[in-house]
Amino acid sequence: MNDKAAAKEALILLHPSDNVLVATRTLRAGTRVVVGERPLELPQPLGVGHKMARWDMAQGEKVFKYGAPIGSLLAPVAAGAWVHMHNMTSDYLASHTRRREDRPPPSLQEPKP
Amino acid sequence: MSAIPQATAQPPSLRGYLREDGRKGIRNVVLVAYLVECAHHVSRKIVQHFDDLDVHLIGFPGCFPNDYASDMMNALCTHPNVGGVLLVSLGCESMDRDELREQIAASGRPVDLLVIQENGGTASTVARGIQSVGALREQMAQQVPVPMAMNELVVGTICGGSDGTSGITANPAVGRCFDRLVAEGAACMFEETGELIGCENIMAERAATPELGQQIQDSVAKAERYYRTMGFGSFAPGNADGGLTTLEEKSMGAYSKSGASPISGLLKPGDCPPAGGLYLLDVVPDGEPRFGFPNIADNAEIVEMIASGCHLTLFTTGRGSVVGSAISPVIKICANPETYEKLYGDMDVNAGRILNGDASLDEVGEEIYRQVRAVALGERSLSEQLGHQEFILTYKSFEPIGPGCLPVRRV
Repeated sequence: MNDKAAAKEALILLHPSDNVLVATRTLRAGTRVVVGERPLELPQPLGVGHKMARWDMAQGEKVFKYGAPIGSLLAPVAAGAWVHMHNMTSDYLASHTRRREDRPPPSLQEPKP
Repeated sequence: MSAIPQATAQPPSLRGYLREDGRKGIRNVVLVAYLVECAHHVSRKIVQHFDDLDVHLIGFPGCFPNDYASDMMNALCTHPNVGGVLLVSLGCESMDRDELREQIAASGRPVDLLVIQENGGTASTVARGIQSVGALREQMAQQVPVPMAMNELVVGTICGGSDGTSGITANPAVGRCFDRLVAEGAACMFEETGELIGCENIMAERAATPELGQQIQDSVAKAERYYRTMGFGSFAPGNADGGLTTLEEKSMGAYSKSGASPISGLLKPGDCPPAGGLYLLDVVPDGEPRFGFPNIADNAEIVEMIASGCHLTLFTTGRGSVVGSAISPVIKICANPETYEKLYGDMDVNAGRILNGDASLDEVGEEIYRQVRAVALGERSLSEQLGHQEFILTYKSFEPIGPGCLPVRRV
Protein backbone atom coordinates (compact mmCIF):
# COMPACT_ATOMS: atom_id res chain seq x y z
CA MET A 1 0.00 0.00 0.00
CA ASN A 2 2.98 2.31 -0.20
CA ASP A 3 3.05 2.68 -3.95
CA LYS A 4 1.34 5.70 -5.44
CA ALA A 5 -1.17 3.88 -7.63
CA ALA A 6 -2.66 1.87 -4.78
CA ALA A 7 -2.73 4.92 -2.54
CA LYS A 8 -4.61 6.92 -5.16
CA GLU A 9 -7.33 4.29 -5.48
CA ALA A 10 -7.73 4.20 -1.74
CA LEU A 11 -9.39 7.63 -1.71
CA ILE A 12 -11.88 9.06 -4.15
CA LEU A 13 -13.05 12.58 -4.95
CA LEU A 14 -16.82 12.50 -5.53
CA HIS A 15 -17.16 16.01 -6.97
CA PRO A 16 -14.54 18.50 -8.20
CA SER A 17 -15.65 21.16 -5.70
CA ASP A 18 -15.45 18.84 -2.67
CA ASN A 19 -12.97 19.52 0.15
CA VAL A 20 -13.04 15.94 1.47
CA LEU A 21 -12.04 12.60 -0.05
CA VAL A 22 -13.71 9.26 0.76
CA ALA A 23 -11.83 6.04 1.63
CA THR A 24 -12.70 3.11 -0.65
CA ARG A 25 -11.23 0.61 1.81
CA THR A 26 -10.06 0.61 5.41
CA LEU A 27 -6.67 2.35 5.65
CA ARG A 28 -4.09 2.08 8.44
CA ALA A 29 -2.46 5.04 10.14
CA GLY A 30 0.74 5.83 8.29
CA THR A 31 -0.67 4.86 4.87
CA ARG A 32 0.96 7.13 2.28
CA VAL A 33 -1.47 8.99 0.06
CA VAL A 34 -1.10 11.74 -2.53
CA VAL A 35 -3.59 14.58 -2.27
CA GLY A 36 -3.33 16.83 -5.29
CA GLU A 37 0.45 17.10 -5.63
CA ARG A 38 1.07 16.71 -1.95
CA PRO A 39 2.29 13.40 -0.45
CA LEU A 40 0.90 12.70 3.02
CA GLU A 41 0.99 9.99 5.65
CA LEU A 42 -2.38 9.33 7.28
CA PRO A 43 -2.11 10.57 10.88
CA GLN A 44 -4.91 8.17 11.90
CA PRO A 45 -6.69 5.09 10.51
CA LEU A 46 -9.54 5.74 8.09
CA GLY A 47 -12.46 3.31 7.73
CA VAL A 48 -14.09 2.52 4.39
CA GLY A 49 -16.61 5.29 3.62
CA HIS A 50 -14.96 7.76 6.00
CA LYS A 51 -13.84 11.26 4.98
CA MET A 52 -10.38 12.88 4.84
CA ALA A 53 -9.62 16.61 4.49
CA ARG A 54 -8.36 17.46 1.00
CA TRP A 55 -6.52 20.56 2.24
CA ASP A 56 -6.10 22.67 5.40
CA MET A 57 -9.41 24.17 6.52
CA ALA A 58 -10.52 26.68 9.16
CA GLN A 59 -13.08 26.32 11.94
CA GLY A 60 -16.56 27.22 10.67
CA GLU A 61 -15.78 26.28 7.08
CA LYS A 62 -18.46 24.28 5.26
CA VAL A 63 -17.62 20.71 4.33
CA PHE A 64 -18.53 19.78 0.73
CA LYS A 65 -19.27 16.22 -0.46
CA TYR A 66 -21.15 15.29 -3.68
CA GLY A 67 -20.65 18.99 -4.49
CA ALA A 68 -23.12 19.89 -1.71
CA PRO A 69 -22.63 21.33 1.79
CA ILE A 70 -22.96 18.54 4.38
CA GLY A 71 -22.15 20.52 7.57
CA SER A 72 -19.58 22.86 9.15
CA LEU A 73 -16.22 22.38 10.86
CA LEU A 74 -16.11 22.74 14.65
CA ALA A 75 -12.30 23.01 14.62
CA PRO A 76 -9.51 23.69 12.14
CA VAL A 77 -8.33 20.56 10.28
CA ALA A 78 -5.11 19.84 8.41
CA ALA A 79 -4.89 18.17 5.01
CA GLY A 80 -5.07 14.40 5.54
CA ALA A 81 -7.06 14.64 8.78
CA TRP A 82 -10.09 12.47 9.46
CA VAL A 83 -13.27 14.59 9.23
CA HIS A 84 -16.08 13.21 11.39
CA MET A 85 -18.19 13.76 14.53
CA HIS A 86 -15.23 15.10 16.54
CA ASN A 87 -14.58 18.07 14.25
CA MET A 88 -17.75 18.76 12.27
CA THR A 89 -21.50 19.21 12.83
CA SER A 90 -24.78 19.35 10.94
CA ASP A 91 -26.22 22.68 9.81
CA TYR A 92 -29.69 21.13 10.31
CA LEU A 93 -30.20 18.64 13.17
CA ALA A 94 -27.46 17.32 15.45
CA SER A 95 -26.51 13.67 15.02
CA HIS A 96 -26.50 11.22 17.92
CA THR A 97 -24.25 8.25 18.58
CA ARG A 98 -24.08 5.54 21.20
CA ARG A 99 -20.48 6.28 22.22
CA ARG A 100 -18.23 9.22 22.98
CA GLU A 101 -18.03 11.33 19.88
CA ASP A 102 -14.34 12.14 20.01
CA ARG A 103 -13.14 8.54 19.82
CA PRO A 104 -12.88 6.45 16.68
CA PRO A 105 -15.17 3.40 16.80
CA PRO A 106 -13.34 0.20 17.90
CA SER A 107 -13.47 -1.17 14.37
CA LEU A 108 -11.28 1.72 13.23
CA GLN A 109 -8.70 1.81 15.95
CA GLU A 110 -6.36 -0.78 14.45
CA PRO A 111 -7.64 -1.95 11.11
CA LYS A 112 -6.07 -5.08 9.68
CA PRO A 113 -3.88 -4.65 6.61
CA MET B 1 -56.96 6.41 -2.39
CA SER B 2 -55.79 7.46 -5.82
CA ALA B 3 -56.54 6.09 -9.22
CA ILE B 4 -55.07 2.77 -10.22
CA PRO B 5 -52.57 2.67 -13.11
CA GLN B 6 -54.16 1.35 -16.27
CA ALA B 7 -52.35 -0.94 -18.65
CA THR B 8 -51.71 0.55 -22.07
CA ALA B 9 -50.45 -1.20 -25.18
CA GLN B 10 -47.00 -2.57 -24.35
CA PRO B 11 -45.62 -6.03 -24.96
CA PRO B 12 -46.26 -7.99 -21.77
CA SER B 13 -43.03 -9.38 -20.40
CA LEU B 14 -44.05 -10.26 -16.85
CA ARG B 15 -46.81 -12.40 -15.38
CA GLY B 16 -49.20 -11.41 -12.63
CA TYR B 17 -52.40 -12.36 -10.79
CA LEU B 18 -55.22 -10.15 -12.09
CA ARG B 19 -57.35 -8.52 -9.37
CA GLU B 20 -60.81 -6.99 -9.80
CA ASP B 21 -59.47 -3.43 -9.56
CA GLY B 22 -57.32 -4.07 -12.66
CA ARG B 23 -54.02 -4.29 -10.80
CA LYS B 24 -51.88 -7.41 -11.04
CA GLY B 25 -49.85 -9.12 -8.31
CA ILE B 26 -46.42 -10.73 -8.69
CA ARG B 27 -47.22 -13.00 -5.71
CA ASN B 28 -50.39 -14.68 -4.47
CA VAL B 29 -50.08 -14.62 -0.69
CA VAL B 30 -52.60 -15.38 2.07
CA LEU B 31 -52.58 -12.81 4.85
CA VAL B 32 -53.44 -13.63 8.44
CA ALA B 33 -54.13 -10.22 9.98
CA TYR B 34 -54.57 -9.55 13.69
CA LEU B 35 -56.67 -6.49 14.49
CA VAL B 36 -55.15 -5.82 17.92
CA GLU B 37 -52.04 -7.11 19.74
CA CYS B 38 -54.33 -9.36 21.84
CA ALA B 39 -55.00 -11.43 18.69
CA HIS B 40 -51.33 -11.55 17.61
CA HIS B 41 -50.40 -14.85 19.24
CA VAL B 42 -53.39 -16.73 17.82
CA SER B 43 -52.62 -15.32 14.36
CA ARG B 44 -48.95 -16.25 14.62
CA LYS B 45 -49.80 -19.83 15.60
CA ILE B 46 -51.97 -20.14 12.50
CA VAL B 47 -49.20 -18.79 10.25
CA GLN B 48 -46.54 -20.99 11.91
CA HIS B 49 -48.63 -24.08 11.25
CA PHE B 50 -48.20 -23.54 7.52
CA ASP B 51 -44.52 -22.48 7.58
CA ASP B 52 -45.04 -21.38 3.97
CA LEU B 53 -43.32 -18.55 2.09
CA ASP B 54 -46.74 -17.40 0.86
CA VAL B 55 -48.63 -17.32 4.18
CA HIS B 56 -47.85 -13.97 5.85
CA LEU B 57 -48.63 -12.38 9.20
CA ILE B 58 -49.58 -8.69 9.44
CA GLY B 59 -51.58 -6.69 11.96
CA PHE B 60 -52.15 -3.55 13.98
CA PRO B 61 -51.37 -3.70 17.70
CA GLY B 62 -53.40 -0.73 18.95
CA CYS B 63 -56.78 -0.93 20.68
CA PHE B 64 -57.63 2.77 20.14
CA PRO B 65 -59.17 3.84 16.81
CA ASN B 66 -57.00 5.46 14.14
CA ASP B 67 -58.08 6.35 10.58
CA TYR B 68 -54.57 5.95 9.19
CA ALA B 69 -54.28 2.41 10.61
CA SER B 70 -57.71 1.43 9.23
CA ASP B 71 -56.87 2.83 5.79
CA MET B 72 -53.49 1.10 5.80
CA MET B 73 -55.00 -2.26 6.79
CA ASN B 74 -57.52 -1.91 3.97
CA ALA B 75 -54.83 -0.94 1.42
CA LEU B 76 -52.60 -3.83 2.54
CA CYS B 77 -55.35 -6.47 2.57
CA THR B 78 -56.34 -5.44 -0.98
CA HIS B 79 -52.76 -5.17 -2.30
CA PRO B 80 -52.34 -6.91 -5.67
CA ASN B 81 -49.84 -9.42 -4.21
CA VAL B 82 -52.56 -10.59 -1.76
CA GLY B 83 -54.96 -13.35 -2.88
CA GLY B 84 -56.95 -13.97 0.30
CA VAL B 85 -57.22 -12.79 3.91
CA LEU B 86 -58.06 -14.23 7.32
CA LEU B 87 -58.85 -11.48 9.87
CA VAL B 88 -58.34 -12.38 13.54
CA SER B 89 -60.06 -10.17 16.12
CA LEU B 90 -60.06 -10.47 19.89
CA GLY B 91 -63.56 -8.99 19.93
CA CYS B 92 -63.46 -5.79 21.98
CA GLU B 93 -60.86 -3.70 20.07
CA SER B 94 -61.82 -0.58 18.08
CA MET B 95 -60.70 -1.65 14.58
CA ASP B 96 -63.92 -1.94 12.53
CA ARG B 97 -63.58 -5.62 11.58
CA ASP B 98 -66.89 -5.85 9.70
CA GLU B 99 -66.10 -2.82 7.55
CA LEU B 100 -62.62 -4.18 6.78
CA ARG B 101 -64.07 -7.58 5.92
CA GLU B 102 -66.63 -5.98 3.59
CA GLN B 103 -63.96 -3.93 1.82
CA ILE B 104 -61.82 -7.03 1.24
CA ALA B 105 -64.85 -9.03 0.01
CA ALA B 106 -65.78 -6.13 -2.30
CA SER B 107 -62.29 -6.34 -3.83
CA GLY B 108 -63.16 -9.85 -5.02
CA ARG B 109 -60.86 -11.65 -2.57
CA PRO B 110 -61.88 -14.59 -0.43
CA VAL B 111 -61.91 -13.40 3.20
CA ASP B 112 -62.73 -14.94 6.56
CA LEU B 113 -63.07 -13.42 10.03
CA LEU B 114 -62.54 -15.14 13.37
CA VAL B 115 -63.35 -13.44 16.68
CA ILE B 116 -61.46 -15.12 19.51
CA GLN B 117 -64.05 -14.21 22.17
CA GLU B 118 -66.78 -15.86 20.08
CA ASN B 119 -64.76 -18.92 19.08
CA GLY B 120 -63.91 -20.55 22.39
CA GLY B 121 -60.52 -18.91 22.96
CA THR B 122 -56.99 -19.59 21.82
CA ALA B 123 -56.85 -23.29 20.96
CA SER B 124 -60.12 -23.52 19.08
CA THR B 125 -59.53 -20.24 17.19
CA VAL B 126 -56.10 -21.47 16.11
CA ALA B 127 -57.69 -24.75 14.90
CA ARG B 128 -60.43 -22.91 13.02
CA GLY B 129 -57.91 -20.46 11.59
CA ILE B 130 -55.83 -23.32 10.17
CA GLN B 131 -58.95 -24.73 8.49
CA SER B 132 -59.85 -21.29 7.20
CA VAL B 133 -56.42 -20.60 5.67
CA GLY B 134 -56.51 -24.06 4.09
CA ALA B 135 -59.86 -23.21 2.49
CA LEU B 136 -58.62 -19.79 1.33
CA ARG B 137 -55.61 -21.44 -0.30
CA GLU B 138 -57.84 -23.89 -2.16
CA GLN B 139 -59.86 -21.02 -3.60
CA MET B 140 -56.70 -19.11 -4.49
CA ALA B 141 -55.21 -22.12 -6.26
CA GLN B 142 -57.79 -21.54 -9.00
CA GLN B 143 -56.18 -18.21 -9.86
CA VAL B 144 -53.92 -18.36 -12.91
CA PRO B 145 -51.28 -15.70 -13.72
CA VAL B 146 -51.87 -13.59 -16.82
CA PRO B 147 -49.45 -11.49 -18.92
CA MET B 148 -48.33 -8.31 -17.16
CA ALA B 149 -46.44 -5.38 -18.68
CA MET B 150 -43.57 -3.37 -17.16
CA ASN B 151 -45.87 -0.34 -16.99
CA GLU B 152 -48.07 -2.23 -14.51
CA LEU B 153 -45.18 -2.66 -12.08
CA VAL B 154 -44.67 -0.44 -9.00
CA VAL B 155 -41.21 -0.50 -7.36
CA GLY B 156 -40.12 1.22 -4.14
CA THR B 157 -36.68 1.92 -2.72
CA ILE B 158 -35.39 2.44 0.79
CA CYS B 159 -31.97 2.60 2.42
CA GLY B 160 -31.30 1.13 5.85
CA GLY B 161 -28.12 0.86 7.86
CA SER B 162 -26.54 3.48 5.58
CA ASP B 163 -22.83 4.25 5.72
CA GLY B 164 -20.26 6.24 3.81
CA THR B 165 -20.36 3.74 0.92
CA SER B 166 -24.16 3.79 0.40
CA GLY B 167 -24.19 7.11 -1.44
CA ILE B 168 -21.29 6.11 -3.69
CA THR B 169 -22.27 2.60 -4.78
CA ALA B 170 -25.68 1.05 -4.03
CA ASN B 171 -27.82 4.20 -3.99
CA PRO B 172 -26.71 5.69 -7.32
CA ALA B 173 -26.85 2.17 -8.84
CA VAL B 174 -30.52 1.92 -7.76
CA GLY B 175 -30.93 5.38 -9.32
CA ARG B 176 -29.71 3.97 -12.67
CA CYS B 177 -32.16 1.06 -12.35
CA PHE B 178 -34.99 3.49 -11.51
CA ASP B 179 -34.19 5.60 -14.60
CA ARG B 180 -34.54 2.51 -16.77
CA LEU B 181 -37.75 1.32 -15.07
CA VAL B 182 -39.31 4.79 -15.40
CA ALA B 183 -38.29 4.91 -19.09
CA GLU B 184 -40.11 1.58 -19.55
CA GLY B 185 -43.28 2.97 -17.97
CA ALA B 186 -43.05 1.54 -14.46
CA ALA B 187 -43.95 3.61 -11.39
CA CYS B 188 -41.03 4.06 -8.97
CA MET B 189 -41.19 5.46 -5.48
CA PHE B 190 -38.62 6.83 -3.04
CA GLU B 191 -39.33 8.14 0.44
CA GLU B 192 -38.53 9.36 3.89
CA THR B 193 -38.62 13.12 3.56
CA GLY B 194 -36.89 13.22 6.97
CA GLU B 195 -33.89 11.56 5.29
CA LEU B 196 -33.97 14.08 2.45
CA ILE B 197 -33.42 17.14 4.66
CA GLY B 198 -30.91 19.29 2.80
CA CYS B 199 -32.02 18.01 -0.65
CA GLU B 200 -35.29 19.98 -0.81
CA ASN B 201 -34.11 22.56 -3.35
CA ILE B 202 -32.48 20.18 -5.80
CA MET B 203 -35.55 17.91 -5.57
CA ALA B 204 -37.90 20.83 -6.23
CA GLU B 205 -35.96 21.63 -9.41
CA ARG B 206 -36.74 18.15 -10.70
CA ALA B 207 -40.50 18.43 -10.06
CA ALA B 208 -42.82 18.17 -13.06
CA THR B 209 -44.43 21.54 -12.16
CA PRO B 210 -43.38 24.52 -9.98
CA GLU B 211 -46.45 23.88 -7.81
CA LEU B 212 -45.29 20.31 -7.14
CA GLY B 213 -41.80 21.66 -6.41
CA GLN B 214 -43.27 23.88 -3.71
CA GLN B 215 -45.20 20.92 -2.23
CA ILE B 216 -41.95 18.93 -2.09
CA GLN B 217 -40.14 21.77 -0.31
CA ASP B 218 -43.04 22.07 2.15
CA SER B 219 -42.98 18.34 2.86
CA VAL B 220 -39.26 18.43 3.74
CA ALA B 221 -39.77 21.53 5.93
CA LYS B 222 -42.54 19.60 7.73
CA ALA B 223 -40.16 16.68 8.24
CA GLU B 224 -37.48 18.94 9.70
CA ARG B 225 -40.00 20.51 12.12
CA TYR B 226 -41.25 17.09 13.14
CA TYR B 227 -37.82 15.60 13.78
CA ARG B 228 -36.74 18.73 15.64
CA THR B 229 -39.65 18.16 18.05
CA MET B 230 -38.59 14.52 18.44
CA GLY B 231 -35.11 15.76 19.40
CA PHE B 232 -33.32 13.49 16.93
CA GLY B 233 -32.81 13.44 13.19
CA SER B 234 -33.12 10.16 11.33
CA PHE B 235 -29.54 9.24 12.07
CA ALA B 236 -28.50 6.02 13.85
CA PRO B 237 -25.18 5.30 15.60
CA GLY B 238 -24.28 2.79 12.87
CA ASN B 239 -24.44 5.60 10.30
CA ALA B 240 -21.62 7.35 12.16
CA ASP B 241 -19.56 4.15 12.54
CA GLY B 242 -19.77 3.85 8.77
CA GLY B 243 -18.36 7.31 8.13
CA LEU B 244 -21.50 9.44 7.85
CA THR B 245 -21.26 12.53 10.05
CA THR B 246 -24.41 14.59 9.49
CA LEU B 247 -28.04 14.18 8.53
CA GLU B 248 -27.58 16.23 5.35
CA GLU B 249 -24.63 14.05 4.33
CA LYS B 250 -26.80 10.96 4.80
CA SER B 251 -29.57 12.72 2.86
CA MET B 252 -27.35 13.45 -0.15
CA GLY B 253 -26.39 9.79 -0.31
CA ALA B 254 -29.98 8.62 0.10
CA TYR B 255 -31.23 11.04 -2.52
CA SER B 256 -29.16 9.40 -5.27
CA LYS B 257 -31.51 6.37 -5.13
CA SER B 258 -34.06 8.50 -6.98
CA GLY B 259 -32.01 8.58 -10.20
CA ALA B 260 -32.40 11.41 -12.69
CA SER B 261 -36.02 11.19 -13.89
CA PRO B 262 -38.36 14.14 -13.36
CA ILE B 263 -40.45 13.83 -10.18
CA SER B 264 -44.05 13.20 -11.28
CA GLY B 265 -45.83 13.48 -7.96
CA LEU B 266 -45.91 13.54 -4.18
CA LEU B 267 -47.84 10.71 -2.48
CA LYS B 268 -48.81 9.88 1.09
CA PRO B 269 -49.05 6.32 2.44
CA GLY B 270 -51.95 4.51 0.75
CA ASP B 271 -52.00 6.76 -2.34
CA CYS B 272 -51.13 4.75 -5.44
CA PRO B 273 -49.23 6.29 -8.38
CA PRO B 274 -51.81 7.27 -11.03
CA ALA B 275 -49.40 6.41 -13.89
CA GLY B 276 -45.78 5.48 -14.51
CA GLY B 277 -43.05 7.87 -13.40
CA LEU B 278 -41.02 8.75 -10.31
CA TYR B 279 -42.86 9.62 -7.08
CA LEU B 280 -41.80 10.89 -3.66
CA LEU B 281 -43.68 9.34 -0.71
CA ASP B 282 -44.23 11.76 2.19
CA VAL B 283 -44.20 9.54 5.27
CA VAL B 284 -44.04 12.24 7.97
CA PRO B 285 -47.42 12.76 9.72
CA ASP B 286 -49.35 16.02 9.39
CA GLY B 287 -50.24 18.30 12.26
CA GLU B 288 -48.63 18.50 15.68
CA PRO B 289 -46.35 15.54 16.47
CA ARG B 290 -48.64 13.16 18.36
CA PHE B 291 -47.59 9.53 18.21
CA GLY B 292 -43.79 9.68 18.36
CA PHE B 293 -41.20 9.11 15.64
CA PRO B 294 -42.62 9.11 12.11
CA ASN B 295 -41.26 5.63 11.38
CA ILE B 296 -39.80 3.64 14.24
CA ALA B 297 -37.71 1.41 11.93
CA ASP B 298 -37.16 0.65 8.24
CA ASN B 299 -40.01 -1.86 7.96
CA ALA B 300 -42.62 0.79 8.83
CA GLU B 301 -41.52 2.66 5.68
CA ILE B 302 -41.52 -0.49 3.57
CA VAL B 303 -45.09 -1.22 4.70
CA GLU B 304 -46.16 2.30 3.70
CA MET B 305 -44.66 1.90 0.23
CA ILE B 306 -46.48 -1.44 -0.09
CA ALA B 307 -49.73 0.29 0.93
CA SER B 308 -49.02 2.69 -1.95
CA GLY B 309 -48.93 -0.27 -4.33
CA CYS B 310 -45.28 -1.37 -4.44
CA HIS B 311 -44.89 -4.90 -5.78
CA LEU B 312 -41.31 -5.09 -4.54
CA THR B 313 -38.75 -3.00 -2.69
CA LEU B 314 -35.08 -2.28 -3.50
CA PHE B 315 -33.30 -2.04 -0.14
CA THR B 316 -29.78 -0.60 -0.09
CA THR B 317 -27.60 -1.15 2.95
CA GLY B 318 -24.05 -0.33 3.96
CA ARG B 319 -23.86 -1.63 7.54
CA GLY B 320 -25.90 -4.68 6.59
CA SER B 321 -29.64 -4.89 7.19
CA VAL B 322 -31.09 -8.40 6.79
CA VAL B 323 -34.84 -7.61 6.75
CA GLY B 324 -37.44 -8.54 4.18
CA SER B 325 -41.16 -7.78 4.37
CA ALA B 326 -44.60 -9.30 4.48
CA ILE B 327 -46.65 -8.98 1.24
CA SER B 328 -43.96 -7.74 -1.18
CA PRO B 329 -40.46 -9.16 -1.76
CA VAL B 330 -37.38 -7.13 -0.80
CA ILE B 331 -34.21 -7.17 -2.94
CA LYS B 332 -31.12 -6.37 -0.88
CA ILE B 333 -28.31 -4.31 -2.47
CA CYS B 334 -25.13 -4.17 -0.38
CA ALA B 335 -23.13 -0.96 -0.71
CA ASN B 336 -20.08 -1.85 1.36
CA PRO B 337 -17.66 -4.55 0.10
CA GLU B 338 -16.50 -5.33 3.67
CA THR B 339 -20.12 -5.87 4.77
CA TYR B 340 -20.76 -8.06 1.73
CA GLU B 341 -17.92 -10.36 2.77
CA LYS B 342 -19.63 -10.83 6.15
CA LEU B 343 -23.29 -11.01 5.07
CA TYR B 344 -23.26 -12.30 1.47
CA GLY B 345 -25.95 -14.88 2.33
CA ASP B 346 -28.40 -11.99 2.81
CA MET B 347 -27.38 -9.78 -0.10
CA ASP B 348 -28.88 -10.16 -3.58
CA VAL B 349 -26.50 -7.65 -5.21
CA ASN B 350 -22.93 -6.69 -4.29
CA ALA B 351 -22.70 -3.01 -5.24
CA GLY B 352 -19.44 -2.80 -3.23
CA ARG B 353 -17.73 -4.16 -6.36
CA ILE B 354 -17.84 -0.56 -7.57
CA LEU B 355 -15.41 0.48 -4.81
CA ASN B 356 -13.06 -2.40 -5.63
CA GLY B 357 -13.02 -1.23 -9.23
CA ASP B 358 -14.64 -4.50 -10.36
CA ALA B 359 -17.85 -2.99 -11.77
CA SER B 360 -19.26 0.33 -12.94
CA LEU B 361 -22.41 2.01 -11.64
CA ASP B 362 -24.11 1.20 -14.95
CA GLU B 363 -23.22 -2.48 -14.66
CA VAL B 364 -24.58 -2.75 -11.12
CA GLY B 365 -27.67 -0.73 -12.14
CA GLU B 366 -28.24 -3.28 -14.93
CA GLU B 367 -27.80 -6.17 -12.47
CA ILE B 368 -30.42 -4.63 -10.15
CA TYR B 369 -32.78 -4.19 -13.11
CA ARG B 370 -32.36 -7.88 -14.01
CA GLN B 371 -33.08 -8.85 -10.39
CA VAL B 372 -36.27 -6.74 -10.45
CA ARG B 373 -37.47 -8.62 -13.52
CA ALA B 374 -36.50 -12.02 -12.11
CA VAL B 375 -38.23 -11.42 -8.78
CA ALA B 376 -41.27 -9.98 -10.55
CA LEU B 377 -41.36 -13.21 -12.57
CA GLY B 378 -41.51 -15.27 -9.40
CA GLU B 379 -37.88 -15.93 -8.45
CA ARG B 380 -37.47 -15.62 -4.67
CA SER B 381 -35.19 -12.86 -3.37
CA LEU B 382 -32.74 -13.98 -0.64
CA SER B 383 -34.69 -12.35 2.22
CA GLU B 384 -37.84 -13.99 0.86
CA GLN B 385 -36.16 -17.43 0.69
CA LEU B 386 -34.91 -16.95 4.25
CA GLY B 387 -38.49 -16.37 5.41
CA HIS B 388 -38.10 -12.69 6.35
CA GLN B 389 -41.64 -11.27 6.59
CA GLU B 390 -41.16 -8.28 8.91
CA PHE B 391 -44.10 -5.96 9.40
CA ILE B 392 -44.64 -2.73 11.39
CA LEU B 393 -47.79 -0.61 11.54
CA THR B 394 -48.17 2.10 14.20
CA TYR B 395 -50.34 5.14 14.96
CA LYS B 396 -50.13 8.17 12.64
CA SER B 397 -52.33 10.88 11.22
CA PHE B 398 -52.33 12.39 7.74
CA GLU B 399 -54.25 15.00 5.83
CA PRO B 400 -55.08 14.06 2.21
CA ILE B 401 -52.48 15.19 -0.38
CA GLY B 402 -53.00 18.75 -1.56
CA PRO B 403 -53.87 19.98 -5.04
CA GLY B 404 -50.78 20.10 -7.22
CA CYS B 405 -49.25 16.93 -5.76
CA LEU B 406 -50.22 14.79 -8.74
CA PRO B 407 -50.00 16.99 -11.85
CA VAL B 408 -49.73 13.84 -13.94
CA ARG B 409 -53.46 13.25 -13.36
CA ARG B 410 -54.29 16.25 -15.48
CA VAL B 411 -52.35 15.00 -18.50
